[in-house]
Amino acid sequence: MAAYLSSLSLAGLAGRLPASVAQGLIWGIMALGVYVTFRLLDIADLSVDGTFSTGGAVSVMLIVGGMNPWLAVLIATVCGLIVGCVTGLLHTKLGIPAILAGILSQYALYSINLAIMHFKANQAVSVDKFYLIVSSRHITPAIITGFAFAVIVIAVMYWFFGTEMGASLRATGCNPTMSKAQGIDINAMKVLGLAISNGLVALAGGLSAQYSGFADVNSGRGAIVIGLAAVIIGEVLGEAVLGKKLNFAGRLSFVVIGGIIYYIIYTLVLWLKLDPNLMKLFTAVIVAIFLAVPYLKGQAKNSFMKAGKQSAAKEVK
Amino acid sequence: MLELKDVCKTFNAGTVNEKVALRGVNLTLEEGDFVTVIGGNGAGKSTTLNAIAGVWPVDEGSIIIDGIDVTGLPDFKRAKLIGRVFQDPMTGTAATMQIEENLALANRRGLRRGLKWGVTNDDRELFVEKLKILNLGLEDRLTAKVGLLSGGQRQALTLLMATLQRPKLLLLDEHTAALDPKTAEKVLEATETIVNSQKLTTLMVTHNMKDAINHGNRLIMMNEGHVVLDIKGEEKKHLTVEDLLHQFERVSGQEFASDKALLG
Repeated sequence: MAAYLSSLSLAGLAGRLPASVAQGLIWGIMALGVYVTFRLLDIADLSVDGTFSTGGAVSVMLIVGGMNPWLAVLIATVCGLIVGCVTGLLHTKLGIPAILAGILSQYALYSINLAIMHFKANQAVSVDKFYLIVSSRHITPAIITGFAFAVIVIAVMYWFFGTEMGASLRATGCNPTMSKAQGIDINAMKVLGLAISNGLVALAGGLSAQYSGFADVNSGRGAIVIGLAAVIIGEVLGEAVLGKKLNFAGRLSFVVIGGIIYYIIYTLVLWLKLDPNLMKLFTAVIVAIFLAVPYLKGQAKNSFMKAGKQSAAKEVK
Repeated sequence: MLELKDVCKTFNAGTVNEKVALRGVNLTLEEGDFVTVIGGNGAGKSTTLNAIAGVWPVDEGSIIIDGIDVTGLPDFKRAKLIGRVFQDPMTGTAATMQIEENLALANRRGLRRGLKWGVTNDDRELFVEKLKILNLGLEDRLTAKVGLLSGGQRQALTLLMATLQRPKLLLLDEHTAALDPKTAEKVLEATETIVNSQKLTTLMVTHNMKDAINHGNRLIMMNEGHVVLDIKGEEKKHLTVEDLLHQFERVSGQEFASDKALLG
């Protein structure tokens, strides 16, 4: 034990923190995409696991082919938008339940992503050979760029969801019957929301692949869970810090902060020399706990067990 | 203003759950008519309102609103012409959105929703003015989430939302049935005020015979998917619950089988 503790160096942890902030910012952008579907549309969209890899695959292949990385990421984002539309149309036009529509898209994307990468599981893009927007080799500029992306995305989302169209999208997620009665085409809004969400996820995928220097067909595995973790960590923290003052821009900011915190925890797990393969289990447990807490709180106030106990206590008297 | 011609609807056709809900409903409303609709359970009152609103397509017949044949249009496209208030106070508003956001959504009913900012200061002035009519103090709580309001407040707000853009037709589907008697009375008062001031053509379904008699200029009774009684003008003014029960027995050949309608 003593040997294990002495092998942990605080300096080592501090040295790793900037990298986790950079990566956390990128995953925070992905979490903003998850927020659109999960919180605003009330749909858990599983296509994002595939879309994240798609974003990486498209941008890396285009950059390797000689394209400007900014344009490559833009095209990756458009690919994400298209994926979102496909999931949305499967759901709204073909009547497939949203969760299954997402699974189908994700499943199909595995083959498509491989095809994009010329049927190789991963493709490298070296920062030595190509100009990249972000790279793990230059952490400080990566943090600045990631931060700038996050700020721009939050600003655009804040604006869009305040417009007439954005408000209609939020209303669709909140109360579809009311939305229809107010003349809102809820199917169009669902497709639009899924497109925006997957666009953001593909953008994050494109940045993430450049950051790590390669695109991987499995890079998006668990993206939905990590996104949910970031959303939930951010919300809990945001409500604790700002309480009722937490407005929409604040919520979005805290989602990104949630992404950063997730990556710091991840770094901590690695620093403690735990097997990183346990991280998925760890993440799933965290998300399950945070999703369960509001429900259990409600149950505690309103439980049969409590009612039974108070009844039994009266009989004794 | 509204014309229903031989409207028929059967649910779950060809299954053991088959239910013929509307068997050729014919109804014409004049501009400014305030029609109350009564009838027992399963008579087709709410189904008629849903047919007009376009919740699902009808099997046969036509629905014409203000000269426009809307039979082939889904609900969200008919929303331009129709304001709706539902029985469940939770249905008509978006709980997680602010009062002003809900009103702004309603203020664009039937119009294109673009990338203009959702709630402007001009909107707010209008909303405050309109909310004062309800006399519930909501004009001071524009940014409160609708989920914090009581059922009666939400129903009054829904009513306002349904009429913010003047609808050609206002559909009220037992909109006071889920409220306590005092609150129901208030919401009905607000309904009278708004319908009269805007001279709205209105269909109001109710379980309560007294309300059906006391409100509106015309009363129709439905039974087994038909309109079986249509009382208007002077006759409507002098109508009593007793009359209505006798009339019902006469036209349907059975007793009116809903205690709620008598006692409510």
